Amino acid sequence: MTSNGWLQILFYLGVLSLLTKPLGIFLYRVFERKGTFLDPILRPIERLIYRACGVDESKEMDWKDYGVAMLLFSGVSLLLLYLIERVQFWLPWNPQKLANVPSDLAWNTAVSFTTNTNWQSYVPESTMSYFTQMAGLAYHNFASAAVGIALAIAVIRGVARREAKTIGNFWVDATRTLLWVLLPLCIIGGLALVSQGVVQNLEPYTQAALVESQTVDAPGPIGTTAKQPVTTQTIAQGPVASQEVIKMLGTNGGGFFNANSAHPFENPTPLSNFLEMLMIFAIPSALTYTLGRMTGSARHGWAVWGAMAVLFLAAVFVTYNAESRGNPLLQGVDQTPSNIQSGGNMEGKEVRFGIANSSLFTTVTTDASCGAVNNAHDSLTPIAGMMPMINIMLGEIVFGGVGSGLYGMIVFVILSVFIAGLMVGRTPEYLGKKIEAFDVKMAVLSILVSSLTILIFSAMAIVSKPGLAGISNPGPHGLSQILYAYTSATGNNGSAFAGLNANTPWYNSTLGLAMLFGRFLTVIPILAIAGNLASKKHVPESLGTFPVTGPPFTVLLVCVILIVGALTFFPSLSLGPILEHLLMHAGTTF
Amino acid sequence: MTTTNPAKCSSLSDPKILRNAIRDSFWKLNPSLMVKNPVMFVVEVGAVITLVVLVLDLLAHRGNFWFGLQITLWLWFTVLFANFAEAMAEGRGKAQAETLRKARAETKARKLRADGTTEIVASSKLRSGDLVLVAAGEFVPGDGEVIEGVASVDESAITGESAPVIRESGGDRSAVTGGTRVLSDEIKVRITSNPGETFLDRMIGLVEGASRQKTPNEIALNILLAGLTVIFLLAVVTLQPFAIYSGAPQNVFALISLLVCLIPTTIGGLLSAIGIAGMDRLIQRNVIAMSGRAVEAAGDVDVLLLDKTGTITLGNREATAFHAAPGVTEAELANAAQLASFSDETPEGRSIVVLAKEKYGLRGRELAPHNPTFIPFSAQTRMSGVDMDDRQIRKGAPEAIKKYIAEKGQQVSPEVQETVERVSKNGGTPLLVSVNFRVYGTIELTDIVKGGMRERFDHLRAMGIRTMMITGDNPLTAAAIARQAGVDDFLAEAKPEDKMALIKHEQAKGKLVAMTGDGTNDAPALAQADVGVAMNSGTQAAKEAGNMVDLDSNPTKLIEIVEIGKQLLITRGSLTTFSVANDVAKYFAIIPAMFAGTFPLLGMLNIMKLRTPESAILSAVIFNALIIIALIPLALRGVRYRPLGAAHLLRRNLFIYGLGGVIAPFLGIKLVDILITWMHLA
Repeated sequence: MTSNGWLQILFYLGVLSLLTKPLGIFLYRVFERKGTFLDPILRPIERLIYRACGVDESKEMDWKDYGVAMLLFSGVSLLLLYLIERVQFWLPWNPQKLANVPSDLAWNTAVSFTTNTNWQSYVPESTMSYFTQMAGLAYHNFASAAVGIALAIAVIRGVARREAKTIGNFWVDATRTLLWVLLPLCIIGGLALVSQGVVQNLEPYTQAALVESQTVDAPGPIGTTAKQPVTTQTIAQGPVASQEVIKMLGTNGGGFFNANSAHPFENPTPLSNFLEMLMIFAIPSALTYTLGRMTGSARHGWAVWGAMAVLFLAAVFVTYNAESRGNPLLQGVDQTPSNIQSGGNMEGKEVRFGIANSSLFTTVTTDASCGAVNNAHDSLTPIAGMMPMINIMLGEIVFGGVGSGLYGMIVFVILSVFIAGLMVGRTPEYLGKKIEAFDVKMAVLSILVSSLTILIFSAMAIVSKPGLAGISNPGPHGLSQILYAYTSATGNNGSAFAGLNANTPWYNSTLGLAMLFGRFLTVIPILAIAGNLASKKHVPESLGTFPVTGPPFTVLLVCVILIVGALTFFPSLSLGPILEHLLMHAGTTF
Repeated sequence: MTTTNPAKCSSLSDPKILRNAIRDSFWKLNPSLMVKNPVMFVVEVGAVITLVVLVLDLLAHRGNFWFGLQITLWLWFTVLFANFAEAMAEGRGKAQAETLRKARAETKARKLRADGTTEIVASSKLRSGDLVLVAAGEFVPGDGEVIEGVASVDESAITGESAPVIRESGGDRSAVTGGTRVLSDEIKVRITSNPGETFLDRMIGLVEGASRQKTPNEIALNILLAGLTVIFLLAVVTLQPFAIYSGAPQNVFALISLLVCLIPTTIGGLLSAIGIAGMDRLIQRNVIAMSGRAVEAAGDVDVLLLDKTGTITLGNREATAFHAAPGVTEAELANAAQLASFSDETPEGRSIVVLAKEKYGLRGRELAPHNPTFIPFSAQTRMSGVDMDDRQIRKGAPEAIKKYIAEKGQQVSPEVQETVERVSKNGGTPLLVSVNFRVYGTIELTDIVKGGMRERFDHLRAMGIRTMMITGDNPLTAAAIARQAGVDDFLAEAKPEDKMALIKHEQAKGKLVAMTGDGTNDAPALAQADVGVAMNSGTQAAKEAGNMVDLDSNPTKLIEIVEIGKQLLITRGSLTTFSVANDVAKYFAIIPAMFAGTFPLLGMLNIMKLRTPESAILSAVIFNALIIIALIPLALRGVRYRPLGAAHLLRRNLFIYGLGGVIAPFLGIKLVDILITWMHLA
């Protein structure tokens, strides 16, 4: 680790914290209809949309209606994407003449993008046409993010409202997210990325002559290999910048190219790298302030932010530390940082990002349910490779996915308040709302669903033929690959230990189910909590009230997250990355 | 308060309770009872499975029998210890129920027929509405209300208080309880309860835990514990496929040990004991809660409504000073005041006599030679006094004396008027004394605030509870006493319906209100309050309306009730935190033990340096079982309660039970490991 590296990491967190309040206030004003500078342009459009769709924007929904609307919207979107994929060959904007997507992959991808996971079992530039990418995938990048943010706002309303039956109107919340939040931010962010050299075109792929021609082995006639000279390279093109910005802002993570944010057309410069990381955390971080603002306790918002920041810094520390130490088995290789190299474990990393910014990106993208990568997580040292997994296992709540991070965090807040709240001698209260059996039941259910999905699917895969067929390395690393895949799918992250060959019917279908469970089965109980909290009477605060502000609460929240979230997975982790780490230091790799 | 409650004698060390509890722990192994406690049920199922596997292994001559046997035994101990905790808590209540049952022994009742004659019937045949006569020496056959007569009653069977109490028709002291004994006179009682529904029956049910229902908070906690159990169950069940993949499949003993150690057995095993013990602590303070819900609500109370008289102040005012009028010495005033009070048998009157004696050495004198005629207090004149020889001495409220002397054209001097106002403003009650229509001066009667009240209110404030004094006094006096006692607020010149309005007002703001009351006109407010504590001396209506009854009829106890409610919740929360925090150490004991055989490198996680894999697993299981036993006294006694603000309390308890919960098992497991190694058990 270098001081320069830490300076960059802390600078990142500093800028993020400065961004949190203004963006948080903006979100508050958008969803509480307090009026923003964008209203003169956007209000007429908004009204037009409602008239066209027959939405009564003044009519609010209870939590069940809200949930049904959300599920309907997601379900129809999912089917639409599946259809597009299945017939893309006959649709326009397919200059490469890419074939229709097979059914299991189409299902997996449709679920993946609908659930904001963006797990990609395929190589995008050789599988998806421009039309599929733009009309299908890009649409979902916006839609799934809007769904997440709308849900978060509805949950916050549930906490904030008193003796209310409704928690907002899903159609209005989703529409306002798109018009006021995602579109404007994407225009600004897209232009910023283009300025750094991210491409944006609809050209066919470019053929370029190699400066140095190469000779590669190619399969020759009947079982022989022949030397084949290579003189040209196909360079993929496309509308990258517009996809890239929503991939980050919406914590989607599905890359335009297979190399994702390590590709120079997606992420050309250190500044673009910094901006992309900032875009991932921007909305999740701002939502904590919105939580504080809407519930009338700004300090609670910051206490939640603080817990996220602590877990984030801890993860960065472990990852950065492990990667900086490099690989002990590479003897005679200079792995110390200097002015001309960043040192450490550079396998699977971009030289232009180095160890610090790769570690930071890895943490950011897995803390948030983004899943974009600027380095290969499969190549991380075992301990550093365990961190992204733990980040996701905690439930994607360290800033987390847009919206989903916040509502997931609220579940942990409720559990913390309940477990420790008793210790102050009162029925636990969360911001004046008594936490009772129903709330605890739903909170436990939500956490149960994600833990069970990860563990059961992984356990099934690790002892079954089709499951084992996918892993590329034996031993504990293989276990990590499978565990990572289901963790990533359930957490709606979408990043992967790339070594796993997941484009098989078994993985496509089970990972698809994991993504669906991880998204929808977890959020329904949370919506129920929101509806229940909204209907409760508010108990005024007193000296005897459990404080959900300040450092003690932050520490408590962090501990509950670690104990409830991480302890579940400690046995499986100890047989995966922890064992691999110990073995690596003893001289064995996989 | 010196009461001798029979239940107090029972304690942890009582051999009879201990014996019964041990027997009951085995009874409670019945799966249909265990299933109500999901955490311990899982342990029991685990214990059954290990037992079966142990026997199969034995028959097949495989496995490590000695290790398997010990694990199996300790798993059964874990279940038994949890049952024992519950049985202990119940046992203490049962002992008291026994005492109460004796009081319920069948008695004969003299039932009044419609024609006025009586017939002898068994007390168990009496129904609500029957009229009975009870004379000195007889037992009251059932709960009821005195409708005729006055009697002194020995209620020690219920309250433990040996001093007899007065029960009379009308007013607020008309309720009698079945099983108590009339000591003097005869009363006519209207029975108000049917057989099996009497106060005594209910008390027996409550203290025995038979009618105990889970409280809302306990249900919520149970859900959380069940949820954690399911999560850990799955974590352990799915561990086996991972272990098989890794080439290190685990035996049943190790897996079940891991499961039992991870699920929150500590709190799961002690949860119901904590709840029962909370009720029991109330009973030890002679308070009967009609439901566990009420005890929990007591911990949540935001506002305490306290009657001034009897709660904040000693029941009676006392004379504290003589303020002589100009031209009169204080000794002369004291002398006149004492003379005027000789016939006054009220506590106030007696306190005047005492004060004069203490201050001026004035003793009781032979008044007979002076032909005294005592003038008793009457509601019309609102004065009392004495006429003797040439002197007419009167004492009374300022308005009454003013009116009295005005008849003779006399007036109160401005100096005296000023004194009267000053006394009022300071929270005292002024009385004027006149001799032959001349005002001699003012007696200052003061409400004596009970000792230590200010500190208690400070504590309550620190806990975030607002105290409110209710009094019939005028606002000036009320304000002065409120200031003196340190209450947050007061309601002066309060009528019963004001109390009700006040409670509704606070509840509308989302607050929980507690109050005490004894009169029939308190009943609606008692019913409306979230915690309504009725005095046992009060009317039947009040006792029906409240959700607790204080057998000592001591209104100050409301504060203790709140503390017990809080203590109950704190104990639950602390042990839950402790239990969950324990898991960290258990992982570090069991996981390396499970896999170090196949992957010796994982032995690095064995940071406690436990000797062998078997000793590590066994140590964790033994610690897990023993910690339940070790915490039984804490569960029964309750975590020590401290009147601190929530933020402070949270920091403190997080430190003790959170951090302590992480560290303690590391030490404990290591210690057990050393011990069993030394004893060659593993």
